[in-house]
Amino acid sequence: MSRAPAILPTRGAWDRLTGLFWRRPGVLLLLLIALPLLWLGVVYLGSLAALLLQSFYSIDEFSGMVKEEFTLSTYAELFRAQNVDIILRTLFMAAAVTLASAVIAFPIAYYAARHAQGAMKAVCYLGIMLPLWSSYLVKVYAWKLILAKEGILTWAAAGTGTSFVIDGILSVPGLSSSSLSTSPFGTWLVFVYVWLPYMILPMQAALERVPRSMIEASADLGANRGQTFRTVILPLALPGIIAGSIFTFSLTLGDYIIPQIIGNSANFIGMAVYKLQGTAGNIPLAAAFAVVPIIIMVIYLTIARKMGAFDAL
Amino acid sequence: MNRLKLLATSALSLTIATTPVFAQLASIGPGEGSLSIVAWAGFIERGQTDPKFDWVTDFEAATGCKVSVKTANTSDEMVALMNEGGFDMVTASGDASLRLVAGGRVQPINIDLVPSYKEIDERLQNAPWHTVDGVHYGVPYVWGPNILAYRTDVFPEPPKSWNVVFEPMDLPDGKPNQGRVQAYDGPIHIANAAQYLMHHKPELGIKSPYELNEDQYKAALDLLREQRKLTSRYWHDAFIQIDDFKNEGLAASGSWPFQVNLLKADGVPLASTFPQEGVTGWADTSMLHVNAKSPNCAYMWFEHQLSSKLQSDLSVWFGANPSVPAACTDKRGMLTPEICTANGSDDFEKIAFWTTPVSNCSLGEGACVPYYRWVSDYIGVIGGR
Repeated sequence: MSRAPAILPTRGAWDRLTGLFWRRPGVLLLLLIALPLLWLGVVYLGSLAALLLQSFYSIDEFSGMVKEEFTLSTYAELFRAQNVDIILRTLFMAAAVTLASAVIAFPIAYYAARHAQGAMKAVCYLGIMLPLWSSYLVKVYAWKLILAKEGILTWAAAGTGTSFVIDGILSVPGLSSSSLSTSPFGTWLVFVYVWLPYMILPMQAALERVPRSMIEASADLGANRGQTFRTVILPLALPGIIAGSIFTFSLTLGDYIIPQIIGNSANFIGMAVYKLQGTAGNIPLAAAFAVVPIIIMVIYLTIARKMGAFDAL
Repeated sequence: MNRLKLLATSALSLTIATTPVFAQLASIGPGEGSLSIVAWAGFIERGQTDPKFDWVTDFEAATGCKVSVKTANTSDEMVALMNEGGFDMVTASGDASLRLVAGGRVQPINIDLVPSYKEIDERLQNAPWHTVDGVHYGVPYVWGPNILAYRTDVFPEPPKSWNVVFEPMDLPDGKPNQGRVQAYDGPIHIANAAQYLMHHKPELGIKSPYELNEDQYKAALDLLREQRKLTSRYWHDAFIQIDDFKNEGLAASGSWPFQVNLLKADGVPLASTFPQEGVTGWADTSMLHVNAKSPNCAYMWFEHQLSSKLQSDLSVWFGANPSVPAACTDKRGMLTPEICTANGSDDFEKIAFWTTPVSNCSLGEGACVPYYRWVSDYIGVIGGR
């Protein structure tokens, strides 16, 4: 009668491998995260580093060739009046879009999260998600037609005697143009439309997580609806609002398609990068421009963290 | 003997194919079986968009060279693709061709191997955007003007001057032109302003709209700043401009025959004209990559592009003009003298063809404002600076 030993002899490569993993758990971990780490390190951070490097080069005044020597002159060029214009214009647009998205999205998210039931809930989800299912370009071109001088909006306004509203918007200094589609107002409107779902979804998720018990406790302690909203719901939903604002803000900062199709052709950061690297071959300045949104987002995230937006994470 | 000859030429073409070619080809051998071309959208049609427009199938059947096309959207994309390599040919505009020559990405062409070269319009045979120091680097493809398009319901008479898009005024329908004109959204548009000044401010002494000294350049930018107040939008996408002519009440704009033909076909009351100041234009050239794998097929294509109905049908398709003037009249394809006139073939002399502005120009070393400054300053102008 034979008896099996307590420790079995290894039966092959797989056993040895399992043994190695058991003795050294670090090896397994390394093996599992090597690929994502490689992706993050080489593809993702590597390209960012290449971008940063390029921005410290400059373009030769005469030949237009890139000089591969360290210099800060390209960054100094960012402070030329026309380039500061571009940065401020983009920043202002991103802020306006984020603010408008937050104001519009909150009631929708609140209703979808706390009041909608059953079929209505599905309708809400579908309604919010549906615009994301069609191509971004199709939506932007559709808006171009809606906002055009001879488009449906102007037509409807003329029919209902409300043309003065459109004329009023178009006579505001800074927004003035021949039609909504060529006015910065149109650019803003389309930005808000396209990015709105990215604001609603995180907001809704945050609002859904606010426990009913806390609202009941608030009511038990004598708070009215307004006080409950201000002191309980809003602070607890803040991480969602900030998360949504990060989406809308950064997406607007980087977009270069919408301002090309809608608006008065004034450049945004993304458009400037596109033109400088393509038409001009001025890759250093394009890279320096591309660093601007990164810096803005770092500042933005720092402020968000100070405000406690990430405490709940 | 014939077999030996074939063997020799095959061996020759093999060495040519595998080693970089620095000298031009001495004779055309048998085709290599393939030809890859970097081209503008719509330049190489095999009937895939409209069965009537096909100038590739015949070529493939006759030569056995299978044509593959990589479309590019801008001159810079073309330069980038040719720098990467892996292509035999490119259809380069004047703002790209000299860069390719200077960068050593294209090889000299032996025009003796292209029998139809002498059929080309004499003014194009030695054009400065493909011939450097007497050496040919390409074969002219087609060319076209940047015309002034206008709505006929606004202008009963064709506008005589570009001033309708450069200066504030009331158009013939009694309403101001503000918000009803457009300009091209590319730095090369500065040349249009310079061309306008050449005519209206001769005291500036502008000789060529692509060679501007600091003063001339500043005057052109000032004019463009005035234009910014009039334009509702700048165009670079032909289809967005088409939409603006239909839906935005656009009355006049610099444009291409391409848009005008499409809009006319759509029933929009539109026409185009060559104003008194002249116009700018583009002229494209087929060029051969320095490391082309299929030089023999490429030379066969050079001959094909000049002698077949390609010139004729492409001109109809794209609203361009043939480099071979006979194509307008000899009915080899769909082109008629009327279409040629509409596309501007009679006005060659009025056209200042696109070239890349460089700092070392005919005014002297470093005397001209180079292209990269055109780019950044035009961004400023559009931004209202």
